Amino acid sequence: MQEKLIFEHSRPGRSAEAQYPSATAAAQVPEALRRRTPPRLPEVSELQAVRHYTRLSRLNFSIDTHFYPLGSCTMKYNPRACNQYAMLPEFLARHPLAPESTGQGIMQCLYELQEMLKAVTGMQGVSLTPMAGAQGEFAGVAMIRAYHKARLDFARTEIIVPDAAHGTNPATATMCGCTVKEIPSLPNGDIDLNALHAAVGPQTAGIMLTNPSTLGVFERRIGEVAAIVHAAGGLLYYDGANLNAILGKVRPGDMGFDVIHMNLHKTFSTPHGGGGPGSGAVGVGERLLPFLPLPLVGFDGQRYRWLGEKDLPQSIGRLSAFAGNTGVLLRAYVYMRMLGREGMHRVSEFATLNANYLMAGLAAAGFELAYPGRRAGHEFIVTLRREAREYGTTAMDFAKRLLDFGFHAPTTYFPLLVPECLLIEPTETESKEELDAFVAAMVAIREEAQTDAGKLKGAPWTLPVRRLDDVRAAKHLDIAWVPA
Amino acid sequence: MSQVPADLRFLKSHEWARLEADGSVTVGISDHAQQALGDLVFVEAPEAGRRVVAGEACAVVESVKAASDVYSPVSGEVVAGNADLGGQPELINHDPYGAGWIMRIRPDDKAQFAALLDARAYQAALAAETH
Amino acid sequence: MPFIPHTPEDVREMLERIGAPDTDALFDEIPAGLRTAALQEIPPALSEMEIGRLMSARAAADGRRLNFIGAGAYEHHVPAAVWAIVTRGEFYSAYTPYQAEASQGTLQLLYEYQSMMASLTGMAASNASLYDGATALAEACLMAVRAHRKSKSQRILVPASVNPTYRQVLQAIAGNQNLAFDLLPYDATGGHTTVASLEKYRGADITALVIQQPNFFGTLEDVDALTDWAHAAGMLVIAVVNPTSLAILKPPGEWGSKGADIVCGEGQPLGVPLSSGGPYFGFMTTRLEHVRQMPGRIVGRTVDLDGKQGFTLTLQAREQHIRRSKATSNICTNQGLLVTAATIYMSLVGPHGLAQVASACMERSAELVDALTRVRGVRLAFDRPRFHEAVLLLDRPVRGVLEALAARDIVGGVDISTQYPALGNALLVCATETRTGEDVATYARVLSEIMQNAAAA
Repeated sequence: MQEKLIFEHSRPGRSAEAQYPSATAAAQVPEALRRRTPPRLPEVSELQAVRHYTRLSRLNFSIDTHFYPLGSCTMKYNPRACNQYAMLPEFLARHPLAPESTGQGIMQCLYELQEMLKAVTGMQGVSLTPMAGAQGEFAGVAMIRAYHKARLDFARTEIIVPDAAHGTNPATATMCGCTVKEIPSLPNGDIDLNALHAAVGPQTAGIMLTNPSTLGVFERRIGEVAAIVHAAGGLLYYDGANLNAILGKVRPGDMGFDVIHMNLHKTFSTPHGGGGPGSGAVGVGERLLPFLPLPLVGFDGQRYRWLGEKDLPQSIGRLSAFAGNTGVLLRAYVYMRMLGREGMHRVSEFATLNANYLMAGLAAAGFELAYPGRRAGHEFIVTLRREAREYGTTAMDFAKRLLDFGFHAPTTYFPLLVPECLLIEPTETESKEELDAFVAAMVAIREEAQTDAGKLKGAPWTLPVRRLDDVRAAKHLDIAWVPA
Repeated sequence: MSQVPADLRFLKSHEWARLEADGSVTVGISDHAQQALGDLVFVEAPEAGRRVVAGEACAVVESVKAASDVYSPVSGEVVAGNADLGGQPELINHDPYGAGWIMRIRPDDKAQFAALLDARAYQAALAAETH
Repeated sequence: MPFIPHTPEDVREMLERIGAPDTDALFDEIPAGLRTAALQEIPPALSEMEIGRLMSARAAADGRRLNFIGAGAYEHHVPAAVWAIVTRGEFYSAYTPYQAEASQGTLQLLYEYQSMMASLTGMAASNASLYDGATALAEACLMAVRAHRKSKSQRILVPASVNPTYRQVLQAIAGNQNLAFDLLPYDATGGHTTVASLEKYRGADITALVIQQPNFFGTLEDVDALTDWAHAAGMLVIAVVNPTSLAILKPPGEWGSKGADIVCGEGQPLGVPLSSGGPYFGFMTTRLEHVRQMPGRIVGRTVDLDGKQGFTLTLQAREQHIRRSKATSNICTNQGLLVTAATIYMSLVGPHGLAQVASACMERSAELVDALTRVRGVRLAFDRPRFHEAVLLLDRPVRGVLEALAARDIVGGVDISTQYPALGNALLVCATETRTGEDVATYARVLSEIMQNAAAA
């Protein structure tokens, strides 16, 4: 059954009358600036709108309804308390530019969040303002550039990136006016130290890494990596996408990283919301403190206040109109307070337990691991290249068939280094039974691949739509409804 | 396996070039390239009259998976872009060396054409790339 | 442990399957020297009841006051249905719709959103949103550089009457990519940007002109004249607009004879509460010919294997594509939850309702200006038509007045004296449909008392 577009429910003159002011004097807009034809917004009753969007919501998979083992995305439970307390009426009603005296409560929450994030990451300063992981990355690389420029070291314009890195890393480097140098990973997943030695020099601004890496394994010689890069005059940037693997066990600051970005919508459980809003808070070591993006919350022992350009004249500047995604920050704050000291350690412990258990289960069931000799961090990679060879099925086929079994597919085709791969991250909030059920589903799907591959190739069968024609979508662009 | 016609020249970046009887050079992307990209959904070919430099990005081919720059193998003036690709970008997938041509350039110096990779060298480069 | 379901029995069974003696062994690849000690700086865990009490206490301490600030974030009535639906788990805890078949709810909603924003702004194509209005402007400038075939200068003209924080963000984000921004002065009497101020750029290679409507002062710009001048001079036009105002103001697609080229702005007024500053969302729309240069996600309508209508992310190749000669972007996210709110909001108010909201805003702010300028020591800065904000000039520093107002539970506006020193003691005030006549009268009365009690500067 197909849902109509909201526009197809419209009838001229219909509206939700309770929701807007009644007759006012005609606006005194100057003739030349007046709008002539009304915008094509829906004309529906309140119930029609509510019914339509409620029905749409039911077409989605979500963490609340499905196991979502998306590697690198950390789809853990989004506690409802975080939403409830972030949306207290006083917080919702407050204008960001209202006097500080009227916001000491919320500023205390933000300040304490800064302090807690410093503590768990081992960094000296935190800015909460970047509004997404990509913006956090931008801030991080911009701070590295600003640091070198401040020391008049203008030659340092190259950022080193492992070949397994996520695509945003090199894109961010380029956005900051840097060039990118890729170095290879070894077959066991670690960085090639020889290649690193050869790559560093007076042109090195820094290296962008994540640990555990995108291959799901811990870079054991991170100390050496840090020493090599620092000795050459470069800085270390930590991509916090995989922080869930080490939260409370290892701190990026202790590993030698000079700057990190965190994904509060991953590690700290703020909602993914169908694509956002995220939050990419950044943390820095001593060297980069002067360059943090503004504003920060400061505390003088008695009052909280916003730190601005006068306090940090060397800041890389402002990345948003106000102070970042404040509502998201409050949710992260509530989450961290509910985890507390003990809970912070348990996150990575149980995330890693779940990942290793799931990995063991899939291996025992005969699936091929990409890095069989290694412990999983919070995620691991399965390669379906054997199945591809034997049955002609792809990782995408498995992913689509998993949807029919009631599981959101893991991340597919990333990292690019591993063919036909699934990057699987269960997170710590999933039960053993859920993991067992996932293994059972994968086994069942592989059996289907063996006997009737068409079942995979044509999947999904049971969702609101079958596989969609991407090529047609791009070729015959239809990105806005217009009336017939 | 991809087709590599023996009579064409190539760039390492997977463009092919053919020297026409009238001295112009026709340019497209190789069978390997179109396979890697998948179904093409959009092509932006340069306008006639535009001056290009060898190695300059002067066209774009876009599939669902990726968008790639197409580099000119020679310096010169664009004589024509393939107007058919506007409505039928899939011509590149179906017939990359024929109807799927992307642009035609009048080269400043014919010697530049001779300096391009021949079919065998391109074939070898392909073998090295796909480990 | 909160949110962790494992019983000791579970843990035992799982360790057995893994073949590890304890969970500590799972971290044996991490060098011992790196292992963290107990995190003493983190306070002990709180139960939901305890954190609830703490948060309520802090919120209560902040309290609520009568709000008269705009300056880029506007207080509007948000229908109860909006967030009741937005916080449904299926929207709230869904991921980016990469597996399209499992995300048709979000994808169809985004398609509907794109349709509404395109029409609201008078343009053909919209993306699925960006982070906020300021970053949307930065992205629009980067896009203009990519889209402008002929201009090589990467120089953008930005009026001083554009939101000053937006201008700061522009510099922070796009400054690293060799974009240069030239500041255009505002007219001292009208607070607007004049064609005369553009004349000195005639003949120069300029990539784009930014026009904010209404501008930061609340003043309405001469958008037709500015747009036509810019186009005649070979520049692209970037419009920064308030979405509520577009219900009654001419949309950028109809500015001048050809319309603006790229449109952006802050979407918060559409169904998103003030929320102490965020999360909000930025919108961006453009002409069809530039759609491949537009950053951010885009949803397209297509069909599935059975020929049934469906929706999917499209034009994704652009997101990692780097056009050699031009600037780049790494932005590829959208503010999904907020866009969901905006789409439901727009469906609830509809075109007529949004026009009513906009009209009420204009009316109430006119009343506010009227009432406040009757107070001794307060006068209006600019004499041109406005939308719902205005700049008032005081006979004494604004800061003290605002503090006195706050003590009387009124958040009276924003002090813009530092950002615009030429104005003197300048206060930016706003009144939306959420302020009643009584609210306005209260403000005027209290302000009058404050102004009388203390001496003028």
